Amino acid sequence: MTAMTMAQALNTALRDALKEDDRVLVFGEDVGPLGGVFRITDGLTRDFGEERCFDTPLAESGIVGLAVGMAMGGFRPVVEMQFDAFAFPAFEQIASHVAKLRNRTRGRLALPIVIRIPYAGGIGGVEHHCDSSEGYYVHTPGLKVVTPATAEDAYWLLRDAIADPDPVVFLEPKKLYWSKSDVDLSTRRVKPFGRAEIVRPGRDVTLVAYGPSVPVALQAAEAAEQDGISVEVIDQRTLVPFDDATLTESVGRTGRCVVVQEAQGFGGMGAEIAARVQERCFHLLHAPVLRVSGFDIPYPPPKLEHAHLPGVDRILDTFDRLQFDDVPDPRHLADATTATLTATATATAAMAATMTAQKGATV
Amino acid sequence: MAVKAPSRKILDLLPSADPVRFLAEDGSTVTAPDEYVLPSDELLLEGYRRMVLGRRFDTQATALTKQGRLAVYPSSRGQDACQIAAAMALQEQDWLFPTYRDSVALVSRGIDPVEVLTLLRGDWHCGYDPVARRVAPQCTPLATQVLHATGMADALRRKGENGVALALVGDGGTSEGDFHEALNFAAVLRAPVVFFVQNNKYAISVPLARQSAAPALAYKGIGYGVRSVQVDGNDLPAVLSVLTAAVEHARSGREPVLVEAHTYRMDAHTNADDATRYRDEQEVEHWRAADPIERLTAYLRARNLLNDEIVNTAQADAEALAADLRARMNADTVPDPLELFDHVYAEPTPQLREQRAQLAAELAAELAAGSQAQEG
Ligand SMILES: Cc1ncc(C[n+]2csc(CCOP(=O)(O)OP(=O)(O)O)c2C)c(N)n1
Ligand SMILES: [Mg+2]
Repeated sequence: MTAMTMAQALNTALRDALKEDDRVLVFGEDVGPLGGVFRITDGLTRDFGEERCFDTPLAESGIVGLAVGMAMGGFRPVVEMQFDAFAFPAFEQIASHVAKLRNRTRGRLALPIVIRIPYAGGIGGVEHHCDSSEGYYVHTPGLKVVTPATAEDAYWLLRDAIADPDPVVFLEPKKLYWSKSDVDLSTRRVKPFGRAEIVRPGRDVTLVAYGPSVPVALQAAEAAEQDGISVEVIDQRTLVPFDDATLTESVGRTGRCVVVQEAQGFGGMGAEIAARVQERCFHLLHAPVLRVSGFDIPYPPPKLEHAHLPGVDRILDTFDRLQFDDVPDPRHLADATTATLTATATATAAMAATMTAQKGATV
Repeated sequence: MAVKAPSRKILDLLPSADPVRFLAEDGSTVTAPDEYVLPSDELLLEGYRRMVLGRRFDTQATALTKQGRLAVYPSSRGQDACQIAAAMALQEQDWLFPTYRDSVALVSRGIDPVEVLTLLRGDWHCGYDPVARRVAPQCTPLATQVLHATGMADALRRKGENGVALALVGDGGTSEGDFHEALNFAAVLRAPVVFFVQNNKYAISVPLARQSAAPALAYKGIGYGVRSVQVDGNDLPAVLSVLTAAVEHARSGREPVLVEAHTYRMDAHTNADDATRYRDEQEVEHWRAADPIERLTAYLRARNLLNDEIVNTAQADAEALAADLRARMNADTVPDPLELFDHVYAEPTPQLREQRAQLAAELAAELAAGSQAQEG
């Protein structure tokens, strides 16, 4: 057991993969002698040589497009995008080729590519350095999308991603790069790829989180415990493929579910999770599935990111809306009542009209 | 201040001011630069034969759109010499990265014409085995394939396979960012890749003048340190000679080469396009006189290399190819809807398994309803 940062764990995973498989290549911007702006590739060029880990010209579409050709040629490229928003120039290559080539060729051409992306906020970064971009990738069939929350999981998820026969978008929560935890890599202790993990058992609410939101969710669960609410926290880990089973089983026991994500809420991963839970657990739910997320705004400047990011308080406030006293959520009540009344009135009028018409027909 | 003469390096990289040419439009010979050798008689006859077959395939494919057998077909009529030379310049170990317009090059590389047309027939996105054929799936997102060719070239170099990748791209495609990124990456990585621009003067309706203000597209190489050549794209001996030299230079010199062929798209962008909206018949007539097959025929006839027997054999082979294609394309295919879930990932996700089962149930219900209706 050694204490390790997530950055060190990722570096170790890259080293072990480079050691074990000659086909693994690491490339991107500043990943060579500098070791990447976050030092994830520290020492790899020194230890494995320029042929295995190298700097490319500065062009993200070029990096990913090159990786496609190399993977077609039998290599297993692991590429780094310098920051989340700077992966956008590569989006066409990712969406039109990385995600589709296996399918286009009826399985004859596989693309075992890993696209590593330092991801999300919470580090006081200026604009374009803090985007939560998972929504774009999870909405693209053919990609696998994962994000670790602990150093040990970061190591195994990255090893799994590199060994995977399919392309993986590997989202590395920037704010967790330097968080240290005890790591034992001598035996595999984490779940297989594609499975979620219950990281804290509880009875009253299932709180689903992934990547940067997992530590926040755990803090919120701790605080809620003081208020007498027992919270089960699930680290979803791999967003694609999605583990419905673990989540459904948990919500089946707790009857309540809250999803946390840093990303803006509209049309996001949290919406997908909420929909999946209510589709599967409708009769077991005691309250609507609620989302806690960033606001639907472009990522704020550093001094305001605290106002945007979902923190412990926003999660605890959301627990208050879980109808523990069987009282409907007042937020939507006014709207809902008006809507119901309008709908009823319209339906009544329609029915009357139909009856009149039928009468006319019989006469 | 004395102006320094350009270094040899720069002169090496710059294209010649005029396109390389062996044949004038009437088939008479003109002088090409010393470094390019006229291909052997045998190769020229092979090129002739392949162009005749390619042209017939192309015409047949356009006809198949009219019969509703193809969703769409982008013809390469007029670009025949480029298509055939691209196939002939490559060795077996080399890779080709084609666009939607390059079906003839694929047929000429030996892929079954029906497999080439799988995409446009609507059965699947790619009908041939890219690995066995060393031909990437035909690419529609413009210029994206140029980067793949660069990556493949680097992969071939790393594996010591002595292979070259050849990327086909249009004049319009050279405006895309990926084209420029690919040239730059290839030069820096010293990737053995040939970028072959078929400048057919149009990107759908947009003429070359609106695409680029460069003296020629071949000049786009110099800024990246990529050796570049321009060639008359309707002169088969010239395209074959220049492309073969480029491929062998990439192979032995371990560096990219950019080749621009000046040619013309005789048909509309696809069968669904109306070219009269943006170009006049006079222009098309002008290029009709520059037809690559007629030009080579005139040359071969003048040299007594081509006789009626060879012409008749080529035409008979072309008709046989067309008849076989018609017969096989006229058979109705019924792609299996359930296959839609099979190749998204190596193993379907649990969600895809559920969706597959859902579609299977929908199809079964449809079938049952259909047979009930028949009985009733
Ligand atoms: C990225 C992208 N943008 C737009 C299109 C639509 N499109 C298809 S072909 C074409 C024209 C391409 O012209 P050119 O590169 O000269 O090739 P040509 O069709 O003349 O062979 C366009 C705009 C596309 N396929 N991909
Ligand atoms: Mg064009």
